[in-house]
Amino acid sequence: MTASATDHDAALFRYLLRLGDTSHVLCHRLGEWCGHGPIMEEDIALTNVALDLIGQARLFYQYAGEVEGKGRSEDELAFLRPERDFNNLLLVEQPNGDYAHTMARQFLFDAWNLLLFRGLAQSKDARIAEIAAKAVKEITYHRRHSSSWVIRMGDGTEVSRTRIVAAFEQLMGFTPEFFHMDDIDRQMAEAGIGPDLAALRDPWMADVEAVLAEATLDWPSATWSVMGGRHEGRHTEHLGHLLAEMQSTQRQYPGLNW
Amino acid sequence: MAGSDSSQQGSDRPELVAAPDEAAMETAFQARIDAETRIEPRDWMPDKYRKFMIRQISQHAHSEYVGMLPEGNWITRAPTLRRKAALLAKIQDEAGHAAYLYSAAETLGTTRDQTLEDLHSGKAKYSSIFNYPVLTWADIGTIGWLVDGAAIVNQVALCRTSYGPYARAMVRICKEESFHQRQGFEIITTLAHGAPEQKEMAQDALNRWWWPALMMFGPHDADSPNSEIAFKWKVKRQSNDQLRQRFVDMTVPQAEFLGLKVPDPDLTWNAETGHYDFGPIDWDEFWRVVKGDGLCNRDRLAARRTAHEDGAWVRDAAMAHAAKKRAAKQDAA
Amino acid sequence: MTTAKEWPLWEVFIRSRDGLHHKHAGSLHAPDAELAIQNARDLYTRRSEGVSIWVVPSADIVASEPADKDSLFDPAASKVYRHPTFYTVPDEVTNI
Repeated sequence: MTASATDHDAALFRYLLRLGDTSHVLCHRLGEWCGHGPIMEEDIALTNVALDLIGQARLFYQYAGEVEGKGRSEDELAFLRPERDFNNLLLVEQPNGDYAHTMARQFLFDAWNLLLFRGLAQSKDARIAEIAAKAVKEITYHRRHSSSWVIRMGDGTEVSRTRIVAAFEQLMGFTPEFFHMDDIDRQMAEAGIGPDLAALRDPWMADVEAVLAEATLDWPSATWSVMGGRHEGRHTEHLGHLLAEMQSTQRQYPGLNW
Repeated sequence: MAGSDSSQQGSDRPELVAAPDEAAMETAFQARIDAETRIEPRDWMPDKYRKFMIRQISQHAHSEYVGMLPEGNWITRAPTLRRKAALLAKIQDEAGHAAYLYSAAETLGTTRDQTLEDLHSGKAKYSSIFNYPVLTWADIGTIGWLVDGAAIVNQVALCRTSYGPYARAMVRICKEESFHQRQGFEIITTLAHGAPEQKEMAQDALNRWWWPALMMFGPHDADSPNSEIAFKWKVKRQSNDQLRQRFVDMTVPQAEFLGLKVPDPDLTWNAETGHYDFGPIDWDEFWRVVKGDGLCNRDRLAARRTAHEDGAWVRDAAMAHAAKKRAAKQDAA
Repeated sequence: MTTAKEWPLWEVFIRSRDGLHHKHAGSLHAPDAELAIQNARDLYTRRSEGVSIWVVPSADIVASEPADKDSLFDPAASKVYRHPTFYTVPDEVTNI
């Protein structure tokens, strides 16, 4: 194997983990709602989204394990890596909060994720293109569901409006991470594996603005922004607790089959 | 089908719709039941039948809805991605089954909100099995194996129940639930054939869930005050004890396959009857848990109340938005 | 605080595959048609049961009266001549 091929595989491995971790962590958060939603129809809807996300996560982890070539399984990658090695977006590890918070988080993410996966569906990596082609249909639906709730809450009652406004204010600062590229992202974009993330910003803003307008909401006024999860494994304090729970069974009984 | 009870206001044929006397209608109703004709929502039915069905169906619906909570306790700790996906899908089905059943109850003239209010106030019951705590991953396997196993035995019997919407809901539920028991059995098989600490975990779960699972079939026939009328109306076709026996006969060989010991010193095969004989059920414990002294009664009810109350503004917002949309449409027209 | 007004009930009809009629699948609660379609998709097509969904507010369904059952439907039972088996065709004649 040439040095550049090794380098490519190392970058691809990390890129796949970013995709897998983001999907899995958000699935985990949505799973926390199961049985506690505002109405049983929404329990079912959110669980459907969670199931799509875990399906995507598994495919990325499986592929990552193959690319790494050390025989690590999807479960070893999901359940046995420490917090600092997790590369999910900071947005998706944020706690659920109320239903407005969950829907705002979901919509901001879905709008971006749809653009990302449309790009991945054009990937020169056939495996990624195949995963993404299937996922685009799923994410199209997620965006439809979450955007319709943002609109209902924005243009619903005074209470719902206050809550959804607060949610966007608390979450918007996590979105610049969507578009920030490091060497790995650039390498993947140059190789035609993934899209240019910076180029997703304009269409994302246009989509979010349109939905906010229909929801009769203004763009959030918050100007702060933070990042670090997806590139450096530098997270908010929430992820550690999430992983402590998520990984507890595997950590308590190392090396067993379940 | 619910909610379509047109009242035929201003009917100009009063003499034709004059009701025959109640007793004759009840006789005709019973004749339909005896002829295996399903009762449909808008058919005449005795008030007692309507109340009985509302009680039974909503209790069943509450059990599905509350039943999401104990297993939901393990979604965030499922040990593998495959298990996590299966568990999510299973609990999601339970929400679906609750939805089908609440709808079936609504065809009888109650609303979902009324029905839920009875749950939240403690007036309505749900299956007492869900008041037991789910402590280890083996409990998730055991719930699928035993609790869903027992539920399926009960529910298959209900697919031919006399009330049409309930029977149709049960057919759909039985079809969907066939994977539930298998996912549980797969989990428990993996544990029972796994490392010593996993096997121990599986045995401990069986020890704790065996008797509560047998209690799911309800009191002995002799102590079951509603059984007689349930048979008459063909709501039920087999007795609690018959169904319980079938469950025991099915399950004991499965435990043997797993190499797990059923926690009943009196359990023996009876070659004469062709059934397993089993020891006495602790009905005091059953009634204690039903009446509130289970480890989780308060937590379950609190979780359901909280979800409903915290969700009120969400449901209100959706209604307010829909009203605004309708108004805007009318203005435009 | 609990909600003043429950989400209305909708009836759901599913076409299981192209070429077949929509068939009544069940009902659900939704505040509007958009969410009724979404909820129907999530509730009634989780196992690939459908390719098309209709939703109708339950309150808009008009049903025949059970009390009219005899007068509406029994008269058809005696019109056996509407069925092909009513007619005799010689055995040697085919394709009819």
